[in-house]
Amino acid sequence: MLLSEIPVSGPWGERHLLGLEHLSAEQLNTVLDLAKHYDTITSGGSQRLDVLKGLVVANLFFENSTRTRTSFSLAARRLGADTVDFTASSSSLSKGETFIDTAQTIEAMGIDLVVCRHRTPGAPHLLARNLKAGVLNAGDGTHEHPTQGLLDIYTILKQRGQIAGLTVALVGDIRHSRVARSNIHGLVALGARVIVCGPATLIPSDITRLGVEVAYNLDEILPEVDCVNLLRVQFERQRGAFFPSIAEYAHLFGMNGDRIRRARENLLVLAPGPINRGVELTPEVADGPNSLILNQVTNGLLIRMACLTLLAQERRKDQETHR
Amino acid sequence: MSSLLISGGRVIDPANNLDAAADVLILDGKIAAVTRHDAGVATKAPPHGTHVIDAAGLIVCPGFIDTHVSLREPGFEEDECTATGTAAALAGGFTTIAAQSDTHPVVDDRAAAEFIRLQAERARNCRVYPLGAVTKESKGEELAEIGQLVQGGAVGFSDAKRPVANSEVMRRALEYTRMFNRPILHFAIVPELSDGGVMHEGFEATRLGFRGIPAAAQDIMTGRDIALAELTGGRIHLMCVTTIDSVERIRRAKLRGISVTADVTPHHLLLTDKVMSSFDTMYKCNPPLRSQKHVDAMIVGLQDGTLSAISSDHQPLALEKKQVDMDTAPFGICGIETLLPVCIRALIEPGHLTWLQLVARLTTGPAAILGLNHGTLSVGQAADVTLIDPEKTWTVRAHEFHSRSRNTPFDGVEVTGKVVTTIVDGEIRFPNNR
Repeated sequence: MLLSEIPVSGPWGERHLLGLEHLSAEQLNTVLDLAKHYDTITSGGSQRLDVLKGLVVANLFFENSTRTRTSFSLAARRLGADTVDFTASSSSLSKGETFIDTAQTIEAMGIDLVVCRHRTPGAPHLLARNLKAGVLNAGDGTHEHPTQGLLDIYTILKQRGQIAGLTVALVGDIRHSRVARSNIHGLVALGARVIVCGPATLIPSDITRLGVEVAYNLDEILPEVDCVNLLRVQFERQRGAFFPSIAEYAHLFGMNGDRIRRARENLLVLAPGPINRGVELTPEVADGPNSLILNQVTNGLLIRMACLTLLAQERRKDQETHR
Repeated sequence: MSSLLISGGRVIDPANNLDAAADVLILDGKIAAVTRHDAGVATKAPPHGTHVIDAAGLIVCPGFIDTHVSLREPGFEEDECTATGTAAALAGGFTTIAAQSDTHPVVDDRAAAEFIRLQAERARNCRVYPLGAVTKESKGEELAEIGQLVQGGAVGFSDAKRPVANSEVMRRALEYTRMFNRPILHFAIVPELSDGGVMHEGFEATRLGFRGIPAAAQDIMTGRDIALAELTGGRIHLMCVTTIDSVERIRRAKLRGISVTADVTPHHLLLTDKVMSSFDTMYKCNPPLRSQKHVDAMIVGLQDGTLSAISSDHQPLALEKKQVDMDTAPFGICGIETLLPVCIRALIEPGHLTWLQLVARLTTGPAAILGLNHGTLSVGQAADVTLIDPEKTWTVRAHEFHSRSRNTPFDGVEVTGKVVTTIVDGEIRFPNNR
């Protein structure tokens, strides 16, 4: 199968995937439809295609990650691309090279797509401005993580058939969460009602201007929600204590068996992981029937295959016009 | 006897409340006469051999004065040195600057202050007055040798961008500097509220995922400084005011007769935190660019004189320091060469300030803060004069800066208003024909 034969259901036209904020509902649906198509023709991502044969995808991870990097690598290989992995610890960054120099050096070796993770918001945007390759944001600090947002949405969509009209609660550390921001942009664009719920210290100012509601009492909103997405408490990004104790956090915002029983019967439980068992959710919930945590991982592969395909098509168009 | 006649310009001299067509005669480096065209008396024939500058269509005003400029020498010569920084000042229309103490080592003893003056004499560009550190190594712990710094030429005291966080230390500093009638130029920010932040805290920071620096970080420290100035009778000057509440506190304090002054930078008058979505580190400055309502309050503060000076807060930084991600990049804008056109865009074009008001905020305002007798065209004063073409349209080109650094957010921007000549002690120093 050729790259040009992959069916694209709607508009795309993006050379880079830097965030969900500026994508339209139609563009989001294009990705979701393609992920669904891959779900069908590869039996959930388990069969190989060769649509990206000859393309090189570089994973540039300036911040530690195992799950996302593995998922991107696997997605690229499932589509027949070559992948090169690059981590900051093994790089010349430690020798004082700027990350733009590093990226340009790698690009000069003939890279088509760059998957970038960095601890600072906007780092992939800088790469996009300085590279000819397509850039895919795999998480930039506390800004966005678009493929995670898309895979969360795809997971909900697969269960419920549509996003519009659903109520989704993002629970926990909103302030330090790129997953929260990408979820908010995507879900709001697709017509969901979004509630952010967590300790007041972890809800950033003016968040309601993104089109969400704010709640501090999880038990009050629980009966209204179709889905909870339990964000990890980002101990590594917090400066100082944002809440008195982990026990108090778990008491107020942790998802446990009691809360599941008081929620809607078919409540969807998402968690982007890695999860802190006993903090955001108890093992009973993580391993229980409402949990979609492992579905998210599988769906992540499909979403990343879809995103790589769409960017590869733009890359090809680019190369053809400049030939 | 050298003589220079600046003929036919629009002379703006706030100290004498003058804004009229006039001729300015300079003899032996001093202002000899300012003759208004409407005064009914003919300009006296200048001495034989007088060099005449035709200033038709130009604004002729006292040379600008900047209350805090970072010259980066010694210690950070990759960013700037005295020769390049003062050349940049001349190109920006400045004839007098106060040099920040944030060199390495910091200017916390007399020898360091005298080195600044020596380098300025060697450069022979604009006048440079050192600012001494308030505390040793600007650590905020022990007072620097303030008395000896005064003897070394320090006109004021500042720990630059490092706030004197300890209130007891600031109290002692304000009391001690009273003996010398010198101001403390303070960067009023509560460190605990600003540390780690890169931009204004608000919707834009929330959207972009950046750690914010809340307006309250400046409001609180401004309030503390005013209270300590009232307690001690010392002179406090607040650098880089950016928030609604700070301006209001300063306004009320001035009404109550407390010895407080304040300045604002050009970029805080023109830009808002919205620009941060470009992820361009050239916009990263401290205090951060605020939201529009704060910008509006700065303009009102300038109009009513609560903010009596505009300072470039010149922070030159070598390009490689800015070519990194936003969290890693240092704060600062290389601003002295673009100050005038940015002020014209922000203040003159929308009609917020008259030219007389703008020139006052760049001359008499800062002169009063630093206790200098520059900044006027009064007869007998040193002839520091700036000539401006207010209609000239040009494009900012960072690589053409006289500064050693290029960290400007205005590179490539088309602007109006250009400094055409800068005169110090009656000598044309810009453009440089030496």
